[in-house]
This record gives sequence, structure tokens and C-alpha cells, in this order.
Amino acid sequence: MRAALVIAARELAAYFATPVASVFIVIFLILAGTLTFTIGNFFNRGQADLQPFFGFVPWLFLFLVPALTMRLWAEERRLGTIELLFTLPIEPWQAVVGKFLAAWMFCAIALALTFPLWLTVNALGEPDNGVILAGYIGCLLVAGVYLAVGAAVSALTRNQVIAFVLAVSLCFLLTATGSPIVTEFLSDRLPALAEIARGLSVTERFLDFTRGLISLPNLVYFASCIGFALFANAAVLEHRRAA
Amino acid sequence: MQTGGGLVHRPSNPTSSGESRLTALIEIERLTKRFAGFTAVDDVSFAVARGEVLGFLGPNGAGKSTTMRMLAGFLPPTSGTARIAGADIQAQPVAAKSALGFLPEGAPAYPDMTVTGFLSFTGRIRGFAGAALREKVAQAMAMTELDSVRLQPIETLSKGFKRRVGLAQALLHDPPVLILDEPTDGLDPNQKHEVRGLIRRMAPDKAIIISTHILEEVAAVCTRAIVIARGRVVADATPTALAGRGPDLDTVFRDLTLGQGAA
Repeated sequence: MRAALVIAARELAAYFATPVASVFIVIFLILAGTLTFTIGNFFNRGQADLQPFFGFVPWLFLFLVPALTMRLWAEERRLGTIELLFTLPIEPWQAVVGKFLAAWMFCAIALALTFPLWLTVNALGEPDNGVILAGYIGCLLVAGVYLAVGAAVSALTRNQVIAFVLAVSLCFLLTATGSPIVTEFLSDRLPALAEIARGLSVTERFLDFTRGLISLPNLVYFASCIGFALFANAAVLEHRRAA
Repeated sequence: MQTGGGLVHRPSNPTSSGESRLTALIEIERLTKRFAGFTAVDDVSFAVARGEVLGFLGPNGAGKSTTMRMLAGFLPPTSGTARIAGADIQAQPVAAKSALGFLPEGAPAYPDMTVTGFLSFTGRIRGFAGAALREKVAQAMAMTELDSVRLQPIETLSKGFKRRVGLAQALLHDPPVLILDEPTDGLDPNQKHEVRGLIRRMAPDKAIIISTHILEEVAAVCTRAIVIARGRVVADATPTALAGRGPDLDTVFRDLTLGQGAA
């Protein structure tokens, strides 16, 4: 784990050494803020909570997180540093976990910087801060799933555009299968698939978090999604190394 | 780093017989690498003992870098194996990599990191921390003369400095085995002279493989030369013995790599 943390620290510093960090965070905050106050109808709903904000976060992450992950392995390949990294005395999973942790930490920082919303809602009313905390945890877990999926896709291809498009598509699939349009369509025609689609989706599980519900099955779901994607990531790297 | 001619001592030249095999720090056994459609490295076996500087020669595409990448644990071999300081590169990859300092082709490094930051990173990965880490980094920078650029981001450095950053990274943990892929590529004549002096000074305690296509370099630093062509070892001798096979080293190299075995 020590080597993984050393790699995570290097990666996290690299985000802030390049414009990636500022662009990502600024765009995320602007979009999250404007969507919450305009389409989200934050003021006129007359409720002291962050539901409108939480509703948008998975959709923002759907595009922003793959932008973060598309360069994760592609960049190492382009610079040739992958050869350096994998000839250092580490296990491949340590590099995979290190990169994931850094990106996750980065998303946590971006989420933490939305604190003015929390201050606002606390100034205007008396929200249930436990529910808000659960919502933030849900956001972080959704980011974790997208990151792990995006990182695995980035290991598949040298081309960053392909990595981005594939990651967005896969994350969209994970999100959309739980949306009412898809579940209603499926339960009308293929009821057997509807349950599976709903079970695989992050959407409903994320909604539980925004309602303040942190359940063990949901935690297991997010942990196994992340674990599986990281495992796939290591397997892809190992496979491509042999070619 | 002054490399006045008098300071340079040639390590004694161990024979490549059974005696040196006992102390071999690098042992390569029937190493083969096939890519889709062609064999890059074909049944290569040799051993390198402590004190030896092995010049790895061959035309571009002969399999030099592929062999080195396999030794460093980056590419898995199709068949055969190798041991670095006794550790099998496939069965005990982390132990093998710990005993190894590797300069990959082109000396890749993270461009946005400073020289100190980058060397500290590789040092931390190798298990150094605190004062010991600072000392190792300072030592490696002194050996490769990087002090003047220690706080500069690597992307702003010249090719020669970048190469030396890669070299410093390989030397940092004072490994018993060094594998350097074109260590003097991109350096000016003075820097080449310094790096060769550095390799000679480290030679007595280590087993070193350097790849190059500069033939004079082999005569200048190596105690032994292996010529590889189309993935096979076509010559294994001292540079002097190799040069003695023809009018000069250039001609011998051309004959070995173009002539025989082409059919």
C-alpha cells in the first residue's frame, strides 16, 4: 500500500502542476452552481435541501470524470514513463490503485469546493445536514465508479479521444439503465431485463444516498463496481504489456 | 565530476568462462520474445559478472531494447528467463527490480516534475524516506551533475540534462545491476566523456549492460562486447578481440550484422 500512496501523492501533485486541476474544478463549480440555481429552481422550491444540486452531479461527472481519466494511462504511454513506472519495484496493482486514489481525492476536493451551496442552504433554512452528508458520500461513490471505469478504458487505448468517448458511453450506460425511460421501456417489453438493468444502475442507489439512506447493499454495490473495474484495469495493463 | 585520465581505472576483465558464471549478477537463459509475425529476440543466453561492463551492440531493430526491456521486467518473455542478482524476473519480479537500475530508451521522465521531485519520487518508491532519501537524491544528483537544475521542471531541460536525470534515477539506490539503454545518446562530447568516466568508476562493484551504436564507446568503456543481429547473438568477445577480427571495429560490425546469417 505504501508504494500505492507514493504514486497517489505524485499523481495528485501532477493534477495541480498542470492546468487540468483549475480547468476541471472551475468548470465543475460553474456548471454545478448555475444548474442548481436555474434549472434546479433552488430558491423557488421553498425547501432547505441540496436535492437540485445532487440531481445534477452524476450528469456532470458523466462528462467531466472521463475527461480526467482519458489521459491516465494514455499519457504514461505517450511519454514512455509507463516503462519507468513498471520497471520500478512495485506490483502493477499498486500503480492502478495509486492512480485511482489520486483521481478520487481530486474529485473529493472538487466536491468539497461546493461548500458555498451548503453554507447558503444553512443560512436560508434548517436543512437536515445528515441527509446532505449522505448525498455528498453518494456523489463521491458515483465519481469513484466513473473513475474506475474510465481508468480501465484508458488502459485499453493509446488514443485519448477514444478513451473519452468509450468511458462516457459506459458510464452513461451505468447511469441511464436506471432512469425511468429505460426501465419503463424494458418492463413493457423485456421484463426479465428490466430488473437486471435496474440492479446494475448507479442511479437508484445514488438516489437512496440523496434521501439520506446509506444501506449496506448499496455500499457493497459501489465497492464491487470500483473493485471490479480496478481489477479489469490491472488485467488490461498486464495483457497489453505482453503484446 | 572530474574524470582526469589518471583516475580512470579499468576493471580487471573476468573471463566469460564457468568461473565468472558463479558470480554472475545477470544471467540470461534462452530468452526469446516473439511479437505477432516476427521474433525480436531469439534464444539469447549470456551472463554478466560483477565488474563487467557489457557493450550491447547491434543495428536498430536488432532486439537490443527488447532484450533490455525483458531484463527490466517491462516485457514478459515468450520463453526463457533471466535472473537479476539471483532473482528470477518472472517468479520474483519485485526482488529483481529492486536490485536493478534501469535507464529506458529515451530516458522518459514526468515532464511537469522538478528534478528533485522526480528523483525523490523514485527514491520513495524504492523505500527511502527522510534524511536517507535526501542523501540518496543529493548523491545521485552530484554523480550526474544535476545540482544546477535541481528545481527546474524536467520539461524545460535540454536533451543532455534529461538523459542525466534518467541516469540519476537508475543510480539512486546504488543497485548491483545497471542496465542502460543508450546512456550517452543526445549528450555532447564532453558530457559523453563524463558519463563514460562515471560508468568506469562504478564498474568494479556492479554488473553493467549498456546498449549503444557508437562503436568507439565500446572500446572506451566496455570490458566485453556482444553483437546482436536479427535477435541473435552473433559475437561475444572483448572489444580488442572483436576489433582484431578485421581491419577495424566498423568493418567487423558491418560484416557481423549484414554478412553472415542473412540467408
